[in-house]
Amino acid sequence: MSKMTPGSVIDRTPRETASGPEHKPKMSAMARRRSLTGWAFIAPAAILIFLMNFWPMIQAFILSFKTGRGNKLTIADPLWYNYARLLHDDIFKQTLLTTLLYLIIQVPIMLALAMVLANMLNSPTLRFRGMWRTAIFLPVATSLVSYAIVFRTMFGTDGFVNDLLTRLHIIDDPVNWLGQTNTARGVIVLGLLWRWTGFNMILYLAALQNIAPGTHEAAKLDGAGPIRTFWSVTMPQMRPIILLTVIISTNGTIQLFDESYNLTAGGPAYTSMTMSHYLYEVSFHRNPNFGYGAAMSYVILLLVAIFAAIQVRLGDKRD
Amino acid sequence: MSKFRKGAVIAATAAVTLALAACSDGSSPDASGDGNGSDTPMGNTLTVWAWDPAFNIASLNAAADIYKKDHPDFTIDIVETPWDDLQTKLTTIAQSQAYDELPDIFLMQNNAFQKNVINYPDLFSDFSGSDVDYSEFPAGVTGYSTVDGANFGVPFDNGTAIDALRTDILTEAGYTVDDFTDITWNDYMTKAKDVLAKTGQPMLSGQAGSSDMVMMMLQSAGASLFDAEGNPTIADNDALTKAAGVYTQMVKDGTFLEVNSWDEYIGTLVNGNVAGTINGVWIVGSIQSAADQSGKWGMTNLPKLDGVSGATNYSANGGSSWAVSSTGDVALAQDFLNATFAGSTEFYDTILPSTGALANWLPAGESDVYAQPQEFWGGDAIFQKVVGYAGKVPANNTGVYYYEARDAVSAALTEIVNGADPATAFQKAQETVEFAMQ
Repeated sequence: MSKMTPGSVIDRTPRETASGPEHKPKMSAMARRRSLTGWAFIAPAAILIFLMNFWPMIQAFILSFKTGRGNKLTIADPLWYNYARLLHDDIFKQTLLTTLLYLIIQVPIMLALAMVLANMLNSPTLRFRGMWRTAIFLPVATSLVSYAIVFRTMFGTDGFVNDLLTRLHIIDDPVNWLGQTNTARGVIVLGLLWRWTGFNMILYLAALQNIAPGTHEAAKLDGAGPIRTFWSVTMPQMRPIILLTVIISTNGTIQLFDESYNLTAGGPAYTSMTMSHYLYEVSFHRNPNFGYGAAMSYVILLLVAIFAAIQVRLGDKRD
Repeated sequence: MSKFRKGAVIAATAAVTLALAACSDGSSPDASGDGNGSDTPMGNTLTVWAWDPAFNIASLNAAADIYKKDHPDFTIDIVETPWDDLQTKLTTIAQSQAYDELPDIFLMQNNAFQKNVINYPDLFSDFSGSDVDYSEFPAGVTGYSTVDGANFGVPFDNGTAIDALRTDILTEAGYTVDDFTDITWNDYMTKAKDVLAKTGQPMLSGQAGSSDMVMMMLQSAGASLFDAEGNPTIADNDALTKAAGVYTQMVKDGTFLEVNSWDEYIGTLVNGNVAGTINGVWIVGSIQSAADQSGKWGMTNLPKLDGVSGATNYSANGGSSWAVSSTGDVALAQDFLNATFAGSTEFYDTILPSTGALANWLPAGESDVYAQPQEFWGGDAIFQKVVGYAGKVPANNTGVYYYEARDAVSAALTEIVNGADPATAFQKAQETVEFAMQ
């Protein structure tokens, strides 16, 4: 496995002094070339990732220890001033709770739904499979902003949803969906489900098609019904992909920005605002406080890391 | 949610820092304070950022046409940039010190002017080297763009507040525009309930979670969210509490229709879902876009708050000013603004009827065009009326933290409408603003 990696070159160079001088240097040159090829392939991506991701992250970390408005930034005193400030920021605490609420409600529903849909669409007897798959995956391909605006229009006081519900006599007066805390949060969760279930479904579908049909046949021969087969044969083989989707979804929800910004504008009274949206407000909408914003981004990073670590610990049973 | 969508904000913050690092050893552009605009070469083209095609962009085009008469080679390149985007762009440019990305001229909300000049002075050129005569503008209006005695903007549109009323609906309910002139909010609320009962139409509409209406009431009584030293005065603010009381009561009565977005608000006006609206005079442009309602609108002054000392029937909302960037063709930009927005009666006569852009430039108000009856408004000379109101608007203290305070008051209002105790909610808003100012 490690033959191709750059590290292998070190093993070979000292042998020059040992025996057979006519054979080994050739190998060494070859290995070196291989190694250089490896580096050449890795380097562009590695350099770009470092410059575009890691270097700015280091800069942002330094920035999080600075304070001041606009570009009159000075090193904070004490150094952790911005982080301590977060603890006293009621709006930040509110956005943190809201974000976690989205996470707890939305991710399990979405993944369960994706799993059900994937199994249904994997059924060989289903007709128009291609159409169903495309239809469910299509929201992923729409622009975040445009779908948010469509949702906002649909859920307006004079929007489509109120029209429909009034016509069906389910409600008497229009509901101000985006004007009340719980319904506004509900609309955001609904939007997220609509947009991202298809993405997870496609991943599950791919994983389902990788499961050897033999294992299912064996289960059938052993007399297991479809439900038993699903839990004891399919699910264990899906474990790695489930872990992956859980981490991706958690990561995405904790960093959620677009829906909060475009769909509800954080309202009413900050109650549907996410952490990333508040970070943006602090940096761009108000008197720009980039040091504070950077500190917030590191709290978000920390949360993502903690959740991912817990999930890997719980979910990865490969050892 | 995709892993490819790297935390947008981390990236944004980080990208800014990266650029900061890249530029830190570069030389900074001419500081704005120099004001030596005449040294800069005069070209023929200006790039301008503005946001409203029916209003300020239309005005720019009209201004360019007038300027072209004396400068045949002049061209203008207008980039339509919504205000929120414009603010984000300015912040990013200033933070990354990429000043050469700036246009020659950009439009700025009056309420945001102090904040931007104080945080990012390097974005602006001051007008000390220009020929603009600031004595031809009302002091209250130039105040928005004046920092430490230096002028950083040419005032454009006037935010004087008006009470626009659907005369046909009022007639149905047995009222005239005169019944709504020089009245108090208590009187207004009673009549609004009557109009609702008789016609089913709410009197007003507005965006839920927006403090515009309450801010207009506040300013009409000469009150602000800050005192002269810049300390927030949101808690125990008598005028604010009374204004919030009026607002909440009207929402409860159903005479103020809360909607969720700006588009919905405009919709209530042009679709005839409300009997009137109270806003800056610039709203005239949107109202007039419903051509089928011509002749059905009337205009008067605002109700005044009851029991508040200094209460008047006049207020303002919004308004904007032109700023010249530090790196653009400063000489040309200032000459262009001076020749049009700060010096051409002909120009203001052109834009007024079509856009409703009411001049802050005092000589324009003496023009005949202002006295002409407007067909859409039942033959009333509304612009002359508004010029009359404009002189009576109490001053407004915006300060650097205006947006923080507005946001906090908006949040408090939402809570009050949902049943929270006003004193507690405003106390919390006060603390939020004090926290933001730390």
